Amino acid sequence: MDTKPAPAPFAPWNDPAAVPLIRFEGVTKRFGDFTALQDINLQIYPREFFALLGPSGCGKTTLMRMLAGFETPTEGTIWLDGKNIAPVPPNKRPVNMMFQSYALFPHLSVWDNIAFGLRRAGQDKETIKARVEEMLRLTRLDQFARRKPHQISGGQRQRVALARSLALGPKLLLLDEPLGALDKKLRQDTQFELMDIQEKTGTTFVIVTHDQEEAMTVASRVAVMDAGRLCQVDTPQHIYETPNSRYVADFIGEVSIIEGRVESVAEEIAISYAEGQKPIMTRCAETVSPGQSVFYAIRPEKIWVGSEPHPDRINSVQGTIVDIGYLGDVSNYHVRLDSGQMVKALMTNAERYAASRFTWNDRVWLSWSRHAGVVLTS
Amino acid sequence: MKRNMSFFNMTTLTLGLAFLYLPMLLLMIYSFNESRLVTVWAGFSTKWYGELFRNQQFLDAAWVTLRVAVVSSTIATVLGTMAAWVLVRERRFLGRTLFSGMIYAPLVMPEVITGLSLLLLFIAIGLDRGILTIILAHTTFAMCYVSVVVSSRLVTFDRSLEEAALDLGCSPMQAFGFVTLPIIAPAVVSGWLLAFTLSLDDLVIASFTSGPSSTTLPIKIFSSMRLGVSPEINALSTILISIVAVGVVVAALVSKRQIARRETEEREGQK
Repeated sequence: MDTKPAPAPFAPWNDPAAVPLIRFEGVTKRFGDFTALQDINLQIYPREFFALLGPSGCGKTTLMRMLAGFETPTEGTIWLDGKNIAPVPPNKRPVNMMFQSYALFPHLSVWDNIAFGLRRAGQDKETIKARVEEMLRLTRLDQFARRKPHQISGGQRQRVALARSLALGPKLLLLDEPLGALDKKLRQDTQFELMDIQEKTGTTFVIVTHDQEEAMTVASRVAVMDAGRLCQVDTPQHIYETPNSRYVADFIGEVSIIEGRVESVAEEIAISYAEGQKPIMTRCAETVSPGQSVFYAIRPEKIWVGSEPHPDRINSVQGTIVDIGYLGDVSNYHVRLDSGQMVKALMTNAERYAASRFTWNDRVWLSWSRHAGVVLTS
Repeated sequence: MKRNMSFFNMTTLTLGLAFLYLPMLLLMIYSFNESRLVTVWAGFSTKWYGELFRNQQFLDAAWVTLRVAVVSSTIATVLGTMAAWVLVRERRFLGRTLFSGMIYAPLVMPEVITGLSLLLLFIAIGLDRGILTIILAHTTFAMCYVSVVVSSRLVTFDRSLEEAALDLGCSPMQAFGFVTLPIIAPAVVSGWLLAFTLSLDDLVIASFTSGPSSTTLPIKIFSSMRLGVSPEINALSTILISIVAVGVVVAALVSKRQIARRETEEREGQK
């Protein structure tokens, strides 16, 4: 049916000819003795939906506030569209920000909030009217135009804040924990709405969040940050499936990390992790040498739980169920291996009543393939 | 809504109110006294009100007081708001502690000292005492009250509102004018009202800084009191009390209606 050629996947970061919109070059930010950001090098491309992800205090908000112009780098340069933006004050930047608190002006109506920036830019009445109405339609706020911010719901306020920050048609939109104040269900709907609006307007979005699910859902690329450094910058899939460190693996999603030593290196490498246990056999992208101490990270959903070893999987270990978390669609098992390690496994409850197959203290076999886990050296 | 009050509560309330308002009530009643003797009742009359409005000295003093109060409270509001803004916004600058201490010092300084020091200053710089010096003096001590009121509002002011204004293209001055000022306006207005009333009833500082041509109403009342309490003063005080009472009631009604309206709006907004 579909005769259109499949569009090329959006991946300017793999294209050496692509020109980044934002370039951080050796950016360091200190507040007194405290180093908030340490030697940041980062490129963000036009039309990207880029997420800065990390625990609170990791420097992600500082990074964003530097783009908005509320902070200046102590060292290094930030280039926006080929220009060094350090000397440009916030009101002169082609950048707009959506604040965590939304920062809607309480004394102005929804309409006037959205028109605020356009009026400051000195546009004529007709242009302002047309633009505000376009924004109201985009964010489905038409019938609330005359209301004051305190007269609308949290979700509507969030959309007003978005409309207001998009009204000026910025090259770059910054979103500081935009969905933090919404409840879970609304948050999920709004995530898709955000992606939709981003696609429609073609604006580059940079979002700050501590919610990894949110970052994974909306972003084209995610930067995982910790203590003022970038740990890994990659697509959500790469971040999840090939984390480059224990920190990233642990921060994104659930993971079991087993410490061990490389026993032999062949097509598969063997990692011994406990006396008298069969070593873990795994493929490994990194170069390791025998005797090296490594970490083996494996996601719970990659592990198969059964009453006997799975015939097709290279790794099988026996353990005892310590905890079961029944979530309806899936069940989480916490299994203590005979060697003492705790491993998390996740099974889909595809059949009704099948979930009750295993119970506490049952002996089970955990099986996984040679591609299931990642070998980490740091 | 009617709730039965216990005997104890009833007594406390009555005694408290009587303690506060009985003297004023007495004063108001005696302002309608026919007799020249303040403490002897001789029948109802409004003649002292007539006398009062024929007394040019009182009228002049009232006019001076009003002008002083309006001008000084306005200047005090501008300066006090600026001081509050700097103190709340700029967490770190050289001499901040000294500056904030100096702003709040007049709050606890005995008025006599403030008045005396201002008097010495005016003499030293050769400024003739008159309405200008009273305005300057009142501005000085009212400013700190304004800055206390305004800074308590600014402390709870969401800083990101200003940042949002900057982000949307405002210069820092525009951000203050378009966003900060409209939002803190109620605090600024109550600061002005406070400064206005302080200036209206100040006796001590005004008597240090006023000249022969510029007597304010409190000074006038105080000096005529020394010649004995005249029923005219009672009449004048009754007028002042009435004005204040009407003002307080109107302000209370307005704010009550505003609160009620906001509550209905919020309820509707949630639908």
